[in-house]
Amino acid sequence: MTGLILLIPLALALGLSGLVAFLWAMKSGQFDDLDGAAIRILIDDDAPDA
Amino acid sequence: MNAVTAETGSRPLVHSLYSVPSMNCANCIAKLERGLANTPGIVSARVNFGARRVAIDHFPELTVPDLQAAIVRVGFAAQPIRDPASTESHSATRNLVKATGVAGFAAMNIMLLSVSVWSGAVGATRDLFHLISALIAIPTVAYSGRIFFTSAWAALRRGRTNMDVPISIGVLLVCALSLFEALTGGPHAYFDGAVMLLFFLLVGRTLDSAMRDRARDGVAALLKHSPPGALVLGENGESRWCDADALTPGMRMVVAAGERLAGDGVVEQGESNFDLSLLTGESDPQRRHVGDRVEAGTLNLDAPLTIRITATGADTTLADIARLMEQAAQSRSRYVRIADRAARYYAPAVHTLALLSFVGWMLAGAGWHQALLIAAAVLIITCPCALGLAVPAAQIVAAGALMRKGVLIKDGSALERLAEVDRACFDKTGTLTLGRPELLNLNAVSSRDKPVLLALAQASRHPLSDGVRRSLEMRQVVAAPIEQVREEPGFGVRAVWHGMPVSLGRPNAGELPGLAAAFVIGNRLPIILRFGDRLRPGARGTVARITAMGIDCSIVSGDSAASVAKVARGIGIQAQPELRPQEKVDLIQKLTASGAKVLMVGDGLNDGPALAAGHVSMAPASASDVGQNAADAVFMGDSLAPVAIAVAAARRTMRIVRQNFALAIGYNAIAVPLALLGMVTPLIAALAMSGSSVIVVGNALRLRSAAR
Repeated sequence: MTGLILLIPLALALGLSGLVAFLWAMKSGQFDDLDGAAIRILIDDDAPDA
Repeated sequence: MNAVTAETGSRPLVHSLYSVPSMNCANCIAKLERGLANTPGIVSARVNFGARRVAIDHFPELTVPDLQAAIVRVGFAAQPIRDPASTESHSATRNLVKATGVAGFAAMNIMLLSVSVWSGAVGATRDLFHLISALIAIPTVAYSGRIFFTSAWAALRRGRTNMDVPISIGVLLVCALSLFEALTGGPHAYFDGAVMLLFFLLVGRTLDSAMRDRARDGVAALLKHSPPGALVLGENGESRWCDADALTPGMRMVVAAGERLAGDGVVEQGESNFDLSLLTGESDPQRRHVGDRVEAGTLNLDAPLTIRITATGADTTLADIARLMEQAAQSRSRYVRIADRAARYYAPAVHTLALLSFVGWMLAGAGWHQALLIAAAVLIITCPCALGLAVPAAQIVAAGALMRKGVLIKDGSALERLAEVDRACFDKTGTLTLGRPELLNLNAVSSRDKPVLLALAQASRHPLSDGVRRSLEMRQVVAAPIEQVREEPGFGVRAVWHGMPVSLGRPNAGELPGLAAAFVIGNRLPIILRFGDRLRPGARGTVARITAMGIDCSIVSGDSAASVAKVARGIGIQAQPELRPQEKVDLIQKLTASGAKVLMVGDGLNDGPALAAGHVSMAPASASDVGQNAADAVFMGDSLAPVAIAVAAARRTMRIVRQNFALAIGYNAIAVPLALLGMVTPLIAALAMSGSSVIVVGNALRLRSAAR
């Protein structure tokens, strides 16, 4: 039983941190351009500027 | 469009958005972002690939034309757009995603506690876990459930019912009862069920809303947004650019070849051919001389003109069409979505059932507490969780599949209406045909001369030059090097090739009727190039396929009987020519009154009212802004095939939706008797609910290949 006092708040805190991380990611525009994120990895950094 | 956003150093920055429809690869992103960032005055550029948009932070001295020119220098065509993130619908989706996130978090944590209770926690531990669940669930229901409560309340106040009414009553009643259980140390609390229900339903709502946003972004990217305006001549002959809303009758405007008129007027100087197809559907260009009336929205094809404006803004022919459209759109707003139609029968049935089970158990001698618990179990089992997910999941999967085929569906109700169609009306010019001049006799030019022709055509933005360029580029012709290129207004393009003068321009007067251009090399005889409108590729096959689906097709056109008959014969369907916009609407309303569900496919301004009057409507991406705004779906590319694909996909979608309804009803047929007998524990409720949701979503995913 004493374990619960520690574990329940811990579980809730972890879940809550996940929620906060999700809300932050949404606010900062991480989900705005999912298609773009998928193909940006293909941009060659050494390519000469257009 | 512009908003002062940030300060860098001491200088305020302006944030502008441009639509760049032609970007299609990682390289385009790199070119745009790097190229623009190197432009003086631009601080940063960020591409949103999904929406084909680039956001530019720049110093305020850069104007719209400057930025457009900068994007053109990088190699793309761009149009300024307003910030869609600031619009109502996008913030609605954001709120839904947030509510879904909160409900998901709460559902997971409550499930964690519930699993321990189901695994055998008893006594003080169980009570504690129930109380913690209540602490998580009640704020969650208050926050995430608001969307349903407000919608249900709005419906009830107007004496109606929708899907949200049983949801709201179920969730609230179950929560209240579970709270009572938790406080009094009872064995069963349904917090997990209530919150999970909200979570699944919110997923459905979010999908629905995200689909609408995506389509709206797609359409917004297509809209031309060219600020209509005109070059106005002053008293002393000087000319200045004037926005359309600042034009007044009496002004004289200069209209170059290839420009659309910004207002109605009378020709004062010059003569030229006019393309009226957007306004009337007529495909053959009309000659206008000094003293002739010309209308706003028509395209000047040949020569520069001076026009005295007689009407602007709300007084033009164009504005009449807009008014007609508003009236025609009213019938469509009466359409009720299938989920809400189902709820009309479902909600009263569910509520009666729950009430009967309560009364029944009371009569059977159970205490009011036990009877209420059983009634609550009935409500939560019957809550239209699968129903709320069944429709949007199927629709968004189908809309995604259609989008890959180049069809943008504006919302889920459009798919539902598209599936019901049993009559189709097509406009001719621009819909069954391409609606632009295409080169008809390319064979007249020898393959040695084609590169020269292409080089000349590339030097001009004239519609005929565009037609030449398209057909040559399609055949992989490479332009020849030419020098001293100059465009002569009213004639065409002249240049020098290997020391020989070459030209592409107006043939000598009185030579040929219709659209034509003369191509001359050196002192050889001119080659006359003929132009005309052509059927869209796949037009005949598409109409045949739609007819095979049991949909009668016909042409409704504003064009002359002769040219409509030619197209009608080519495709093999009936046609009604020479219809004015009002007559098109009348025709559709007559068909509707006789019980037909009409699909209207059209593009021009003259089709706008008809598009709004149809049960459902589609427009090609080449359509006028009015046409695209009025249509429920927009299809890309030259081919007409997407129309048939969309109808077929809509029918498949509705088949899946009906299957999902059947699955949900079947699940209720098993679960409701158990609930009535008082055998449904929170564990069984949770399993049944997630199980049925997973099944309907899985069934909906079969629509991934629906667009074919």
